[in-house]
Amino acid sequence: MTKITGIGASSKRREDKRFLTGKGRYVDDMNRPGQAHVHFLRSDMAHGRIVSLDVSAAEAAPGVIKVFTAKDFEGVGGIPCGWLITDRHGQPMKEPKHPILAEGKVRHVGDPIVAVVAETRAQAKDAAELVELELEELPAAIDMRAAVAGGPQVHDEAPDNLCYDWDFPAESKDAVDEAIRNAHHVTVLELRNNRLVANPMEPRAALGEYDDADDMHTLWTTSQNPHVIRLLMGAFVLGLPEHKLRVVAPDVGGGFGSKIYHYAEEAFVTFAAKVVNRPVKWTSDRAEAFMSDAHGRDHVCKVELAMDAEGHFLALRSTTLANMGAYLSTFAPCIPTWLHGTLLAGNYKTPLIFTNVRAVFTNTVPVDAYRGAGRPEATYLIERVVDKAAREIGMDPAELRRRNFITQFPYQTPVAVEYDSGDYNATLDKVLQVADRAGFEARRAESAARGKLRGFGLAHYIEACGIAPSSLVGALGARAGLYEAATVRVNPTGSVSVFTGSHSHGQGHETTFAQVVADRLGIEEGAVDIVHGDTSKVPFGMGTYGSRSLAVGGSAIVKSVDKIVAKAKKIAAHLLEASEADIAFEDGKFSVSGTDRSVAWAEVCLAAYVPHNYPLDAIEPGLEETSFYDPANFTYPSGAYVCEVEVDPDTGKVQVMSFAAADDFGNVVNPMIVEGQVHGGLAQGIGQALMEGCVYDESGQLLTASYMDYAMPLARDLPSFTVDNSACTPCTHNPLGVKGCGEAGAIGSPPALVNAVLDALSPYGIAHLDMPLTPSKVWEAIDAARPAAAAE
Amino acid sequence: MELTGERIIRADRATVWAALNDPEVLRACIPGCERLEKLSETEMEAEVTQKVGPVKAKFKGNVTLEDVRPAEGYLLSGEGKGGAAGFAKGGARVALEDHPDGTRLTYTAEARVGGKLAQLGSRLIDGFARKMADEFFALFQAQVEGAAPPPPARDEAAWALPDAAPAREPEMAGATPAPAPAPDREKKGWLRRLLS
Repeated sequence: MTKITGIGASSKRREDKRFLTGKGRYVDDMNRPGQAHVHFLRSDMAHGRIVSLDVSAAEAAPGVIKVFTAKDFEGVGGIPCGWLITDRHGQPMKEPKHPILAEGKVRHVGDPIVAVVAETRAQAKDAAELVELELEELPAAIDMRAAVAGGPQVHDEAPDNLCYDWDFPAESKDAVDEAIRNAHHVTVLELRNNRLVANPMEPRAALGEYDDADDMHTLWTTSQNPHVIRLLMGAFVLGLPEHKLRVVAPDVGGGFGSKIYHYAEEAFVTFAAKVVNRPVKWTSDRAEAFMSDAHGRDHVCKVELAMDAEGHFLALRSTTLANMGAYLSTFAPCIPTWLHGTLLAGNYKTPLIFTNVRAVFTNTVPVDAYRGAGRPEATYLIERVVDKAAREIGMDPAELRRRNFITQFPYQTPVAVEYDSGDYNATLDKVLQVADRAGFEARRAESAARGKLRGFGLAHYIEACGIAPSSLVGALGARAGLYEAATVRVNPTGSVSVFTGSHSHGQGHETTFAQVVADRLGIEEGAVDIVHGDTSKVPFGMGTYGSRSLAVGGSAIVKSVDKIVAKAKKIAAHLLEASEADIAFEDGKFSVSGTDRSVAWAEVCLAAYVPHNYPLDAIEPGLEETSFYDPANFTYPSGAYVCEVEVDPDTGKVQVMSFAAADDFGNVVNPMIVEGQVHGGLAQGIGQALMEGCVYDESGQLLTASYMDYAMPLARDLPSFTVDNSACTPCTHNPLGVKGCGEAGAIGSPPALVNAVLDALSPYGIAHLDMPLTPSKVWEAIDAARPAAAAE
Repeated sequence: MELTGERIIRADRATVWAALNDPEVLRACIPGCERLEKLSETEMEAEVTQKVGPVKAKFKGNVTLEDVRPAEGYLLSGEGKGGAAGFAKGGARVALEDHPDGTRLTYTAEARVGGKLAQLGSRLIDGFARKMADEFFALFQAQVEGAAPPPPARDEAAWALPDAAPAREPEMAGATPAPAPAPDREKKGWLRRLLS
């Protein structure tokens, strides 16, 4: 039976009322009395030396309050990195300073050099035009292969532009090499995971304010994790203690990873607000976002898969160059390592795995996590090479996968992680059923009759979500714990306010979390309010990323609710003059087992706050509990995706005809929201596979800095998705049995789509094409293959 | 990208060379040039207003002459800063030689942009550079031959039809060089072909 409330119900998203009626409150909607505006003068060169810088004319311009340069930030820290990678020689990664404003050199187009604070945004922009800046252009390191082979140096302290050279697992290298040397068949594939720009609907913004009466700093910012920003900016950049720094992330219009990180503009407005003693506001425009938001992906890889004569995987080896951009963004170093290398088993019992990852500095915008973060790169690499292997040995791609699936859980992979649960055959069966695999040949013939090439593409994925056990990530170099915090405050008349560290910026937490709490307390969802995004209200939080909110943040809430129920039972036992052990709590009612005596939830809550008849000698008044939940393991959502495409051989245009997803997210709290999350992820993954791609020219100019040149998927580019999550194996180690669903669509869809296109192009013998599969790229491949195909 | 082209100018080499070194002539011929001042024999300061795609800007910068070989040619290079629009850099290697009808001027030009110009207008740069080079040498030819009206306003310049002797349209470097056009086989611009 379909549930209408609580866990399992498709409750309507309560936050949508304000979003759909224009009542969302975003940072740019905030305006403080006396507010000034900042405009950043950014480098238009990829690499250059600042020869001279004269801001006197800008300072004298109308409306200008102060012009800041690097000199104003002497004694202020650089933007810190949150993760330390130790390289294969046991050395720490290279971690060059990332100043708030460029010091001596600029290192990417968009690197901020001067900040003009003025009465209005227009005056700040006009004054920036008056800055006399002479840059000596230096050769730029753009292409990663050239950058590590004696290319121009981005940072003097990072020879060959290497941030680190990482082997994993180092001890497996020789065994993997030998297995590949001796294998019956080895499939080799070189590929590129294209560089992406996250493009949340709301560009970044930041507003800083300083109150000298109580020495209090406030920063309103577009962040997925305000407490993390408070920690990074307060402790490492500006030297402000937590109690004097409030960070608020109000409604945020999408993040997809790009709003996890601490950015220079946030530190700038916080710092400048005190210097000029005025609130200072910055709102990015779209072109500025393209050259200052952290980009995603950008891996160049080679992968080899060794098999025996029956198609059993024996070993997998990969080498990857991962772009870091010009400076290390907050989580950048861990994306191609611990979020990528540890996923290289995929869904398969490959016994031997080894990877080498070199992280490379280039004169481009910093690169960091983007929806999936390392796991899409791993999934793409595995699922492409498995598909290519199936073609090479003439086996059905689904059969080759089945032959190698992990089927026993828990499963210890050879790449450190242990999968707790999953059923990969079940998701494969489900997806082949909902995608109507049996009817494909008829559809292919029908397409062929219209002169079109139809292709069927399959991909599996596994993720490590619910990030992450603190002791584990600490051992791997994280400079923070990755638990989550929640306070559940029961108000005197029984309504509930939940304060969670999991920020919501599109995920629907305000609805989902309320469903969980209401379900466990047996009260109306409407009696539960979710508060997030303000360090002055929420006790602590590590934020929203890595599909962790329900698995980790939700678990913290459940822990607090359980504590509340335990205490409420004591109060109920007192009110009912019964033993606590005899009190049962169900449907919002405390009753004495085996009797008809009961007391309602609201009565217990009132008693807690009006403790006239109350066991004051045993427990305190009030009903409020705070919990920190540190997960025991990652969660491992998995799934099987099928994409069907039609390729027009005359134009190279790829049309996605259908897309079916069978996901295992563990238990599902709100099926509608989960389906929406999958839809969004699929749209982004299809965007990556078909059209998105960030392009730099050889001198480091960003050629895709607007929607004229950076193609985003539109509704017309996408089919109506079929999404199923009935093949469910609950997570075994968190109280809700949930795994996380936010990134899956973006992780599993690119390989499914590319596999489908290559299936369509199989008559031409095209073994691989790099994303994005634009019409010109597909057409050129067909055109180049035509003579060969005709000769056969 | 590189553009190459040539023109036959009905004037002797000394006259053409003198014009190539005359700031007034150059000012009149650089499309959108509002100011050009000579700082030394080989350096000039210029202000040029140009529009590339959606980006319009005033570029301030220097024009430098290098590899100067009197009456034979030079390398003219310019670098302009357009404020928020970014920057543009370009150069043209110009060579002169005698020709039965006067002087043969050949050029190889290139252009590069940065900042907002690259972000919003990069796909237009090739066409833009071609147009700039074509305009410059058409105006230059007209100036030297004295047959031209006063330099047209910038927007009209694109439409100016140098009513002059054999002109070859610039070609992409690497293309097979066309034989030097005889007057009767003159290649015409698209507008002239339409009109003729």
